[in-house]
Amino acid sequence: MDARVFVYVAHSAGTIDDTALELATAAQRLFPGSSPTAIVAGSGVDAVAREAARSFDEVWKLDTEALAYPNAELLRPLLVKLLTPGSMTLLPHNTFGLDLGPGLAVRLGATYVPDVVDADGLEGTTLKVVRQEFAGQVSAHVHCNVANGAVITIRPGAFPAAQSGSASGQVVDRSTDADGIAARRRFVELIEAETGDVDITREEVLVSVGRGIGDEENLALVEELSEAMGAAVCCSRPIIDAKWLENSRQVGTSGKTVKPKVYLALGISGSFQHLGGVKGNPFLLAVNKNPKAPIFQSADVGVVADLMDLLPVLTEKIRQGH
Amino acid sequence: MEILVCVKRVPDPAENEISIGPDGGDIERDDLVYSVNEWDNYAVEEAVRIAERTGGNVTIVSVDDDEGEEVVRRQMAMGASQGLLLTDEAFEGSDGLGTATILAAAAKNGTYDLILTGAQADDGAAQVGGMLAALLDWPYASVVNLVETNSDGPLRIGREIDGGSQEINEIETPCVLSIQTGINEPRYVGVRGIRKVASIELPVMDAEALGISAETVGTAGAKVRRVDYFVPEQRAAAEMIEGSTEEIADRIVDLLRAQGGIR
Ligand SMILES: Cc1cc2nc3c(=O)[nH]c(=O)nc-3n(C[C@H](O)[C@H](O)[C@H](O)COP(=O)(O)OP(=O)(O)OC[C@H]3O[C@@H](n4cnc5c(N)ncnc54)[C@H](O)[C@@H]3O)c2cc1C
Repeated sequence: MDARVFVYVAHSAGTIDDTALELATAAQRLFPGSSPTAIVAGSGVDAVAREAARSFDEVWKLDTEALAYPNAELLRPLLVKLLTPGSMTLLPHNTFGLDLGPGLAVRLGATYVPDVVDADGLEGTTLKVVRQEFAGQVSAHVHCNVANGAVITIRPGAFPAAQSGSASGQVVDRSTDADGIAARRRFVELIEAETGDVDITREEVLVSVGRGIGDEENLALVEELSEAMGAAVCCSRPIIDAKWLENSRQVGTSGKTVKPKVYLALGISGSFQHLGGVKGNPFLLAVNKNPKAPIFQSADVGVVADLMDLLPVLTEKIRQGH
Repeated sequence: MEILVCVKRVPDPAENEISIGPDGGDIERDDLVYSVNEWDNYAVEEAVRIAERTGGNVTIVSVDDDEGEEVVRRQMAMGASQGLLLTDEAFEGSDGLGTATILAAAAKNGTYDLILTGAQADDGAAQVGGMLAALLDWPYASVVNLVETNSDGPLRIGREIDGGSQEINEIETPCVLSIQTGINEPRYVGVRGIRKVASIELPVMDAEALGISAETVGTAGAKVRRVDYFVPEQRAAAEMIEGSTEEIADRIVDLLRAQGGIR
């Protein structure tokens, strides 16, 4: 395949994001033998571009004050102007990629291939990938016609990060292409996530509760168990959305990243956004009434049970043991 | 403001265990309970609240077959005055771009200041809102968890970004926003509410009425095609505990003790 491959290098505080090196791996898996061009956009990004040049043969630098904050609405028209027609562009499937990607594909006349978790080969202009549907309950083989190029978002964590190389790629300054860019959406400010009374990121034993708990009043069962264990309670997103617990208790890509030794997942299906916040390879014990729940693919120990039956018995046994 | 909200009927994640049908081509759909996509429900609530503040109407639209009517009406009962069902055999098998193309045609058919979608639906693609904005050449913001209207001028919106921080933006209208869960508390819809909208006429539009040529949408136009579903192999390490509730609880206690999970 001779289409050009581009990789978007996200960065913060002057260093490149883990996702960038994961995209480098994904590019090789999807388009073996390709030599992707990295795109580094921002303001004052010389160091980032040089860092990217250790892992990519060529780096396009878009360095301009207007891009000090990565506003997808500004970047999209710029990329439409710069990217070679028919090229393959890889973005992370995170809140930045979701913002930029779908419209970029439309504007480029390219095929949009979202949330790729695995590569399954390239045959002519048919790109074969693996995706997940129904919150990870089933996987799907997906075939994409990429004759006119593609914009592909890669699920964070699905591909291992490439070794940060020692190659000395070439940095090409394309900043003047960004002169005069404008958008109908302007970045105003960033409001940092709040920290609550309990800092779940520091806890070693976490009892995490999900939608499977059913009702707010059932949360007492979880709190009693947690207390008996001497653990802290955290949760998946639906619990926060329902306002049953404070925001600071949410684990996941849009919540906190925790690194406990023991993680008890109660009535949590195991979406990648949730598990993306569970790091440090804890002992993961999952309780779910659905034997096919995706959480069992990440758990060390699984229990197929109804929380309503199990929790009171479990709490009582732990209390007796003291 | 005139607001269009795009909704999708999906298998209710709380009511169903998804399993794969005999030939792998589809999931087992026979006994599925359907409801509105969770994210879309928040989008409808947000639209209704905006219209309550600014005046104007909310229209619920869905690309679906006849079965879609129930979900459209349920969402209308939250406070929308109009609904629209986009139905045609030619729409079946649409990929994300196909769906966005159909919705864009419906949007052009009206005069809207704002279009809301859910941040994602059951296929996890999170694509239709962004595509729709691009097709209409309107500005777009994804994963929105705050919408503030001003009497005049741009909207002030919040996007929920990774790590849970909120990115505040100003966005000009007309625009498309994809809505994140938790932005509001969607109101409860009772039988009474649904009865109230039962008499509202629900227009149905097909490809011809929308001015869409059939080969650009549906299976014919799709560049992204699902070949089959499969269940990935379980990680070998996962040990499943079985037995009576008592036995299971005893085993969990032992395991937690061994792992330092009980202090
Ligand atoms: C941009 C974005 C960011 C997101 N960020 C996050 C995030 O940071 N954190 C997060 O958690 N999610 C996040 N999500 C949401 C995520 O996609 C899932 O929707 C969410 O994680 C699901 O939570 P859950 O597992 O608790 O609920 P569900 O997926 O509904 O799972 C509930 C589980 O409980 C089981 N169950 C039901 N009843 C019982 C019972 N009586 N006993 C035992 N088991 C039972 C069910 O079988 C099911 O597996 C994000 C989504 C988006 C789009």
